[in-house]
Parts: sequence; C-alpha cells; structure tokens
Amino acid sequence: MKRAGMPREYEERHGSDASSKHVLPPPGQRIHVLRWLRENLFSNWWNALLTVAAAALIGSILLGLTRWAISEAEWQVIPANLKLLLVGTYPVESLWRVWTCLYVIALLLGFSARLHRGLILRVAVTTGIASIALAFIPFSWATRGWIAGFAVAASAGFGLAALVGRGAWIRRIEAATWILSFPLVLILLNGVGSFLPVIEGRDTWGFLLNLLGAVLGIGLSLPIGILLALGRRSRLPAIRWICTAYIELIRGVPLITLLFMASIMLQLLLPDSIRPDLVVRAMVTITAFSAAYMAENVRGGLQAIPKGQYEAAYAVGLGGFLTTILIILPQALRAVIPAIVGQFIALFKDTTLFGFISILELLSVSRSVLGNLEWRGTIFELYVFIGLIFWVLCYSMSSISRRIERSLGVGER
Amino acid sequence: MSVSEETGSGIIVCEDVHKWFGDFHVLRGISLSVRKGEVVVICGPSGSGKSTFIRTINRLEEHQRGRIVVDGVELTHDLRNTETVRRDVGMVFQQFNLFPHLTVQQNITLAPVWVLKMKRSEADAVAVELLERVGILEQADKFPGQLSGGQQQRVCIARALAMSPKIMLFDEPTSALDPEMIKEVLDAMKELARSGMTMIVVTHEMGFAREVADRICFFDFGELIEENRPEEFFARPENERTKLFLSQILH
Repeated sequence: MKRAGMPREYEERHGSDASSKHVLPPPGQRIHVLRWLRENLFSNWWNALLTVAAAALIGSILLGLTRWAISEAEWQVIPANLKLLLVGTYPVESLWRVWTCLYVIALLLGFSARLHRGLILRVAVTTGIASIALAFIPFSWATRGWIAGFAVAASAGFGLAALVGRGAWIRRIEAATWILSFPLVLILLNGVGSFLPVIEGRDTWGFLLNLLGAVLGIGLSLPIGILLALGRRSRLPAIRWICTAYIELIRGVPLITLLFMASIMLQLLLPDSIRPDLVVRAMVTITAFSAAYMAENVRGGLQAIPKGQYEAAYAVGLGGFLTTILIILPQALRAVIPAIVGQFIALFKDTTLFGFISILELLSVSRSVLGNLEWRGTIFELYVFIGLIFWVLCYSMSSISRRIERSLGVGER
Repeated sequence: MSVSEETGSGIIVCEDVHKWFGDFHVLRGISLSVRKGEVVVICGPSGSGKSTFIRTINRLEEHQRGRIVVDGVELTHDLRNTETVRRDVGMVFQQFNLFPHLTVQQNITLAPVWVLKMKRSEADAVAVELLERVGILEQADKFPGQLSGGQQQRVCIARALAMSPKIMLFDEPTSALDPEMIKEVLDAMKELARSGMTMIVVTHEMGFAREVADRICFFDFGELIEENRPEEFFARPENERTKLFLSQILH
C-alpha cells in the first residue's frame, strides 16, 4: 500500500507495509453535535444563560433585518438607478464601449484560463457563471444580452487558446496583451480623436471611477512600490534618501489631505494649460499614496531574505540585477502576499474618498440619488447595495490571494 | 619551492592577504598558492579566519591588503573581474543556501541559462547529468525544502558544477549535516577530487583530508601557521598549536 505523503525513502528503508503495522492511526476526531453543544455552550447554568441571551439577540437582529429586507425596503431604487450608480453620466449611446472593455477582459481571462489552468481557470469559470446568473435578473432584454455576452467572450477566449496551443511565444503574446489592455481600456472609455469621440464629464462616472481607480492604482502602485523598496535599500545614499523621504512623507499625511491638495492646491499652483484633469489628479494621488505603503510591505519581505541567498546567487555568477529579479524579489513578494493584497483592498475602498473632492463615484452618486424626491429615505437600500458590491469584490481578491498563497506553498517551509 | 615559482603555476595565488572586520584583524597576511588540480584542505579552530579566507577567493568578502589572483584575474574593485572570477569558481556553503522557491532542477539550470546564456534544453541536459553524478536524479522536480540535508548539499554541489567551474570552494560542507548524511556528501566530493577538480575545502573531516587532500593548511588567529602533505601533517606536526588542535579533534 502506498500512502500519499509518505516519503519514498521512508518506504524504501522500512518496507512499504511498515506504516500499516507499526504506526497507529490518529485518535478519532469525530465531533458529536450534542456533546459539543453541551461542552462548549451549556457547560453550566451561567453559560447556558449567556448562550440563550446571545441567541435571542442575534435572532431578533436577523429577524428585523429580514422583515425589513422583504417587506419594507424599496429595492426598486437599485434597478431604477442602476445605470447611474454603475457608470454615472456615461452617455447611454456610448455604453457599448464599457461593455467592449469588459469583453476584452473576459476574452483575455478565457484565453489565460485555457493556457494556465489552475487558479485563473477557476476565476474565469466563477465570473462566467456569475455573469450568466446575473443575466437571469429581469433587466431589459438588451441589458441581459450584454451581461451574458461576458460569458460568451470568455468562452471565445478559451476556444481561441485551445486552437493556438501553448507555445512559449503564445505566452509572450498573452502577457503583452494583458499589459496592452490597460491603455486600450482607457482609450476606449475616454475616447480619442474623431473616430472615437472623447466623452466629457469624466468625473461623474459612478462606480466605473472606483473600478478604474482600483485597477490603475493596483497595477501601478505595486511596481512603483517595489522600486521604492529597492531604492530605500540601495547602496547609493542619494537614491536611498529620496526614496525614504518620499515614503515617510506620503505615509505621514492622510490620503484625504493629499486628495484635497491635488484637487485644490494644484489648481492654484499650475497654469490652466498644463493642469491635468481632476480625475487624473485623483488617480495619480491614490497611486502615489498606495505606492508608499506598498514599498514598506515589500521592504518587509526583502528584510526577511537571509544573507545566504545573496551569497549563493553571487557565487553562481549572477550579478546584482539578476539576483534581485530572479532570487530575492520572488521570495520577498511571496512572503508578503497577505500584506500586499491587504493594501490592494484598502486602495479599492479608498477610492470612495474621491467623493470628497467632488468626483461622483459610487458613494457620492448614491447621495445624489437620495436628493431625488422620488427616492427619499432609501438610504439603507443604497448602502446595503454598495456594501455588497464592495464586499463581493474585496472578498474575491482576498480568496484569490489565499489560493495563490496555498499554491505557492507559503508557510510550509 | 620559492613563492615566485609557485606564482607562475598557481591557478589561485594569494599574497599577504589581510582583512579586518571593524577593528578585528581576521586575516593577517595569508600567502597561499594552489596548483591546478590540487586539493587543499584548510582546518583550524573556529574563529581562525578559514571561512573568511576562502570567501575572499570569490570575493564574497573583500580583502583589504595584499593580492588575490584567480586564474590570471586579479580581484579588485573592478566588478567585471569579480564576475569573471565568480563564473569560474563554484562554492558550496555550510547552510546549503539553495533557492527555496525553485525546484532542484531549476536551482541547477538558473545560472547556466542566465549567466552563460545556455539554451534551456541544453541546461536541462546538464542538470540531469549532474544530478545523476551526485546520485539524486529522482529528486529533480522536488523543492529544496522537501529534501534531506545530505541531498540538499549534493544539489548545492551540482548547482556549482553546472557552471563548469575551474575551482570549487567548500565552506564546511558537512558541518550542518546529521552524521548519517555526511558520508554521501563526502563521497560526492571525493569523486570530484579524483576527476581532477581544483578544490579548497574548509572542513574538520580529517579522514577526508587524509584520503584526498594533496595539502593541509592549518589556520589559527588569522594566520596560516603550518602547511604540509597529509601524511607529514598528521604524523609530524611542527607547530605547538597544530599539535594541540590535532589532539583535540582526533581524540
């Protein structure tokens, strides 16, 4: 009998049936529900009282919430304002551009899913199923078609990958396309030249702005943070001082202050002609802010790498750059995945602060919905909806990160 | 044999090498020349500077006075010289220092692919050959953390050999190993010595020294106190400190 996890050497040395003869199975760990309840919740009269009281409290809260959600809440506020909440004032006749962006991503996701399997496949299947499920919600038929299109695009990407195989150059093209999809999405959404008219009022795009802020912030703050962390450990004093000063300066100021500075002070300091758009300033600010925190997370990982790793890399002839890229960073980043993903999640939620500098992102759009007489008093409904959107996305990020950790075997060493 | 004659034929030539850690004078004028194909064992009490010395040979430590010339290239502040020397000098560490995020095979192919620009398929073939040579081919796809100490150290030897070095440095290669694993590592080293590799080995394994070394050097307080052929070294140590050391480690 070959047991999983039994090292081959062990079996060679002790014979393959040694384990079944001499090793006792672990003691039974089945838990009986009643016994567990008695031991943990009703071990004496005082515990029993606490258990009953706590159950009553939790029960009444849940009951109240359920009654409110079923009979009192005016959920119509969500579908009636859905377009406003999600994309704000983005013109209806140009909405195809938003969908196209989503399809580009779905296509790439499907392609990568077929190419790499594993985690990406899981993510692709989950989002595909979610989009099909969403298409069953009775929106207008056109909207339901658009939503289902996401799954179609993902499947198309999957099929395309199956056709072209898994050669090394395919992977290179795939990586390049993912990187190119960033500017492509931005150009599509914003418009360029006369072919794709530029869409005005970028600062009132609702949840689209939160998403853009998060994606850009995450995509840019990690590489910038890595460079800052390496810079802070540089042997060259000038680079070290600049990076340290930047990190400490940014981390010492609240994000909201930085946003106000970007929105008001820049307006006063820079002449009209070179002053960037408010949304651009907000995105740059949140990226710059997040990068400083990211740098410290990454530095924590760098600190954890033993000196012997550098020495071994130098001894086999790797130079400083290759040592950093091939040996040090992969290990350092792995060690701090939880902290990095934590920063991603914080950054995503921080995009709601855009509202303070009069950018109409999801949270501030919802406030303007409340200003509409027809939807007065629907504040709970809106906040539950907003909370749900953020929770679903943040939880997805955190569960993806947990799976990455597991697949990389962090913590097993 | 005078020093100048040795300089002419030595693949490693060290002349009056000094090094300080802060105020502490670790190496106090070491002069040593190693011929091609020679196996030199360095022994001595802990803190005598023997590890520091072999680490100056691939410049993991910088020497502050004197000259070190490895295969005609002098180690200076010129980084290119350092990189050239490191390419030709393999090193095996006490603590293995394998790359834990890479498989055994990847540990071995990494440097040939990135430093020597070898094709991946070619590097893979080299790795298979070397793993077979050190007797752990079946572990190729495991990660270092899944191997025993002795196996890890043999991977470390294979990793160094993948660069086809002219010289191999061993820094107490068996000191971190459980007793039953020391032999497998020493066997791999003996095989290497017999194949004609130039080796400098810092070790307390006197059996190994007696069997394979061409010369034994005794270090104490940062100085090279005595060097001799093994039979002479063990039978007739000249220096009092050598005698004391040998009496401590052989009994």
